[in-house]
Amino acid sequence: MSSELFYQPITSLAAALDAKKLTSVELTQAVVARTKSVEPRVHAFNSFDEADALAQAAASDARRAAGQSRGALDGIPIGLKDVIAVTGQPLTASSKMLKNFVSPYDATVTEKLRRAGAVLWGRLNCDEFAMGSSTENSAFGPTGNPWDTSRVPGGSSGGSSAALAAGEAIATLGSDTGGSIRQPAALCGVVGLKPTYGLVSRFGLIAYASSLDQIGPFARTVEDAAIVLGAIAGHDERDSTSFKTDIPDYRAELTKRKGPWKLGIPKEYFAEGLDPEIGAAVEKAIAFYKSQGCEIREVSLPHTQYCLDTYYVIATAEASSNLGRYDGIRYGHRSTAAKDVVDLYFQSRAEGFGPEVKRRIILGTYVLSSGYYDAYYLRAQKVRTLIRQDFLNAFREVDALLTPTSPVPAFKIGEKADPLAMYLLDIYTIGVNLAGLPAISVPCGFTQSGLPIGAQLIGQPFQESNLLAIARSYEQGHDWSAKFPSL
Amino acid sequence: MNYEAVIGLEVHVQIKTQSKMFTRVAAGYGHEPNTLTDPVVLALPGALPVMNKAALDAIIKAGLLLGCEIAPVCKWDRKNYFYPDSPKNYQISQYDQPICLGGSVEIELPGSARNIMGEHKKVPLTRIHLEEDVGKLNHGATDSLIDYNRAGTPLMEIVSDPAMHTADEAYAYLTSLRATMIYGGISDCDMEKGQLRCDANISIRPVGETKLGTKVELKNLNSISFVRDGIQHEIKRQLAVLERGGTIVQETRDYDGQAGTSQSLRSKEDAHDYRYFPDPDLMPVKVDAEWKSRLQAECPELPFAKQRRFMEQYQLPYTLTSVLVWDRALADYFEETAQLAGPGKAQGVGNWIVNDLLRELAAAHLSLATSRVRPAHIAALVKLLDAGTVLTNAAKEIFVEMAATGDQPDAIADRKGLKAAPTDTNELEQWCRDSIAVNAKALAEFKAGKDSAINAFKGPIMKAAKGKANPKLVDETLRKLLAAM
Repeated sequence: MSSELFYQPITSLAAALDAKKLTSVELTQAVVARTKSVEPRVHAFNSFDEADALAQAAASDARRAAGQSRGALDGIPIGLKDVIAVTGQPLTASSKMLKNFVSPYDATVTEKLRRAGAVLWGRLNCDEFAMGSSTENSAFGPTGNPWDTSRVPGGSSGGSSAALAAGEAIATLGSDTGGSIRQPAALCGVVGLKPTYGLVSRFGLIAYASSLDQIGPFARTVEDAAIVLGAIAGHDERDSTSFKTDIPDYRAELTKRKGPWKLGIPKEYFAEGLDPEIGAAVEKAIAFYKSQGCEIREVSLPHTQYCLDTYYVIATAEASSNLGRYDGIRYGHRSTAAKDVVDLYFQSRAEGFGPEVKRRIILGTYVLSSGYYDAYYLRAQKVRTLIRQDFLNAFREVDALLTPTSPVPAFKIGEKADPLAMYLLDIYTIGVNLAGLPAISVPCGFTQSGLPIGAQLIGQPFQESNLLAIARSYEQGHDWSAKFPSL
Repeated sequence: MNYEAVIGLEVHVQIKTQSKMFTRVAAGYGHEPNTLTDPVVLALPGALPVMNKAALDAIIKAGLLLGCEIAPVCKWDRKNYFYPDSPKNYQISQYDQPICLGGSVEIELPGSARNIMGEHKKVPLTRIHLEEDVGKLNHGATDSLIDYNRAGTPLMEIVSDPAMHTADEAYAYLTSLRATMIYGGISDCDMEKGQLRCDANISIRPVGETKLGTKVELKNLNSISFVRDGIQHEIKRQLAVLERGGTIVQETRDYDGQAGTSQSLRSKEDAHDYRYFPDPDLMPVKVDAEWKSRLQAECPELPFAKQRRFMEQYQLPYTLTSVLVWDRALADYFEETAQLAGPGKAQGVGNWIVNDLLRELAAAHLSLATSRVRPAHIAALVKLLDAGTVLTNAAKEIFVEMAATGDQPDAIADRKGLKAAPTDTNELEQWCRDSIAVNAKALAEFKAGKDSAINAFKGPIMKAAKGKANPKLVDETLRKLLAAM
């Protein structure tokens, strides 16, 4: 365990804060100092507001001193991906289009974190409009993986995973549309949870693909992830797709739920393309669960091969419409070269969007076009139902599925120039979004060259408590999270 | 060759709700530009729509009033197109599953004379769906400014079948539809405020042909009479094109009501591909039987049904009903007054309302709601008149005073000395005898069986009574005396 404040989990820091051994201002100062020292190499942040964070920390200390602590998150610096709205702070989606946009309102998760007393800290880099798997698609430059800054941190929430791994925040929020929380968590050696679709409000989250997007936490430990999830989950009347369900005390449930569990191993997830070191690490995780008395079963998700195609039809279709609003009329980048209103759209969008965003808008526009809708979008929705059914069938036999999170460890910045090669990185994570399921990536070892490896556990809808308990039982048998990058 | 026109109307009706279609910000007209906005209306990054249930209630009610089939599920689609008045650059609408299907609008065509009921028809509807209104562009010399106050206001699109053939039918359709919406409390349908907007699809074909001709969409028909004039103009234009040996081009034309001319806006080739798909931000909403029956219970009787009932129940003539039934408040006012006045007085009540009340209200720039004359006033006046306490001319004078002061007719009659004279039977009998005595001709006629000859005696009696004799009593007394002669 590191003695550095900025590497402590929420649980220890909250105990120290409650015991008056530490103040939120001291903690926030440590995080700010760490950020300033490593940012030139990591570049996890698009922006941060030190004065604002310290003011929040001072307010938290005042609450605690008055005996009015709001709980475990009160005074804890939490970083937010730059697609989540925070009043008075920039909201850029790492795009030139929104370079100068400041949000006039809070996202629901932002409001909830404020209510829990968290210190909202910084705007975290990501792939532009959350489209990508490496954070290289940011208009403001790539983020470096703290374990090797010449490598990517994963994406699209690469700023969120890198900031946490580098000690620039105590926990962070990201968003996951096709793996954008779990894959960067795996590549940076931290815990990343994508909740069930509908558990966390999307109000105030810049939409990429509305039917797939979900906000979730990055944390050092499963217990920390449970604490943050508990703060942000719950029905929101401002999001029609948020689900009316009781939110349990996820942290308390962790100790109540004990195995052994039945775990399924989807055979389609161990096929070609999987890095052998990762395969071996996940096999060891399987062996661990077996040793704990868990029943391990091979299961089949026969429509897995269609996940990628289905995803790139549905996600791009929704994106092409969701990104229509960025037109330079009411806010955002407006071209000065335009001659008339149609030209204003063309020029502003041509100048404001990066190549990956344009690629997806064009693809999405195409699949929704008259004459192609039935063949692409409608069919993709039908296949999506089959994919979800695959998972639900498997869950008749098992409590959760265990898979690798990413087929490869962190790769070099600039290494994957082919968009298709990049898309293939999401093969183990994308089905979960199409099926709307919860899934978590937990650290499960390192490659010989010292790069983190993640294992993914996929749970049943709204059974986050079980999923977290299963993940924690693995975490408690290993000490991967006691290792820190040397920066 | 003889041609017939085929007309279908697309009518947009703004629904009267407190807040907008997909957010809590207020809906309204005439506010400072861009004050009725919020992150959802302005389509700020991260904003999400949430359906306003009151708007769905209103459209279901409209559907029930028009006899539509209500879909079991309300589903939302996105209509994608770029235009600065549309903040998201897509409009939330309903594409393949409109909430209301079928139904019809009952219309009345002009009768052969003003007092004769015209032919009634039912114009079938294709569908009604719900969507959100867009903002308003104000074009200046060098720039265009956008006001998003209207953006996101709930809007119904009511599409008729291509089933009308004349501008009169279209006019009658719009009048009836508008009254239905106002009756149902769904919209105020003020065309000047853009609460009701109409586009017409018009084609012509040889009489007897069943296939539709090439249609032209006529836009900007922004008053009910412009709808009639615009359609007439377009039918003439198309006939002229065919007579010249030309062909009709499928296009959208803009009608200028002031100038009475139209010009092409765009042709079919410029048609948008709206790339409709289900809106992933909104869950489909189930509309169950209980929901529908609750709204059904709120549905009022519609004008034509009311007219038929008024004619039957109150024995009112067509002309009176055709004034009374088109304004729900007026019809209710009539019924309340008729109930108070008692049996057999409905026509008198109707006359007072249609002739006197409406005239006084118009002169004083008052509405029924602010009228000082309430149903009880008119009922009391009718009773005074019926009892012979006041005479017709006095009653007219009382009415004017009632409208000015709101005082009860009895009090006015007393104050102004307008009551018929308290009857001294002996004096009246003497006046009657005197009148009969000097008019032997009328006496002879009456004796010979000509009943109306009795009226000839009444003038001198009234003169003697200084106009204050109770005519009923005069008549009775005369008959008694004449019978004895």
